[in-house]
Amino acid sequence: MATKTIATKTIQVNEEGFMTNPAEWTKEIAIELAKEEGIAELTAAHWKVIEFCRKEGTASGKAPTLRQITSGAGVTTKEMFALFPKGPAKKVAHISGLGKPEGCV
Amino acid sequence: MTEETRKVAFICSKGDLDMAYPALVMGWAALGNGIDVTIFFTFWGMDMIRKSRQDHLEIAPLANTAMKMSMMGVKGADNAGIPNILGMLPGMTAFATKLMKDKMKTLGVPPIGEYLQMMVDGGAKLYACKMSVDMMDLKKEDFVDGVIDIVTASDFMDMTAGAQIIFI
Repeated sequence: MATKTIATKTIQVNEEGFMTNPAEWTKEIAIELAKEEGIAELTAAHWKVIEFCRKEGTASGKAPTLRQITSGAGVTTKEMFALFPKGPAKKVAHISGLGKPEGCV
Repeated sequence: MTEETRKVAFICSKGDLDMAYPALVMGWAALGNGIDVTIFFTFWGMDMIRKSRQDHLEIAPLANTAMKMSMMGVKGADNAGIPNILGMLPGMTAFATKLMKDKMKTLGVPPIGEYLQMMVDGGAKLYACKMSVDMMDLKKEDFVDGVIDIVTASDFMDMTAGAQIIFI
């Protein structure tokens, strides 16, 4: 298992860079991970989605799929692609310290 | 990321319910991975984007050798086929269609129209085939809103330069 240091903390990550222990996640880490995904600044709209994913992810142990996010967090598909361009569910899972989303829809 | 965006293009040529989904599932997965998606609807595949047809796609058990009794709810009958003489009975196609739609619903798979709208919202580009449109006397107004244009095969080739093309 690889580790990396980010926002002054050492976190465990898998080979694709997803955090493997969601409990290590902090908001400061999220800000840094977002930069890695090309999102310079996390707005209130981003946080709303991240918080939803954190809640879902810690409850179920799985990152929500895009459809689960759009139906659960009150954001549209269009907004999701605008907030997290090119692969929104995967990006938000990465930023939220969760694994890669499973499931086809 | 500096690498060039990967591109995938689907050609949908079938109007059966089961054949509508491969492009939807793979296309949605592609969008979810940051891949550019274009879909070209030709011949019966245009039923997927026709307002009057989109919600009425069906799956027929007749002459479908892969569809077994087990899919009709008979447990442990993996190799017992549905006799064609049953498949030809009135209502069998509607019955098989209902079973498939119900199963999809329990799995949370959206109906075709909703699925395509999600894909359009995610940036997928939809086009109808000009020759098929002319053959079937259709107009742009016959298609759902997400369809950008009616284009020729040559236009499709131009717009999918460098894309991986999947024919369904």
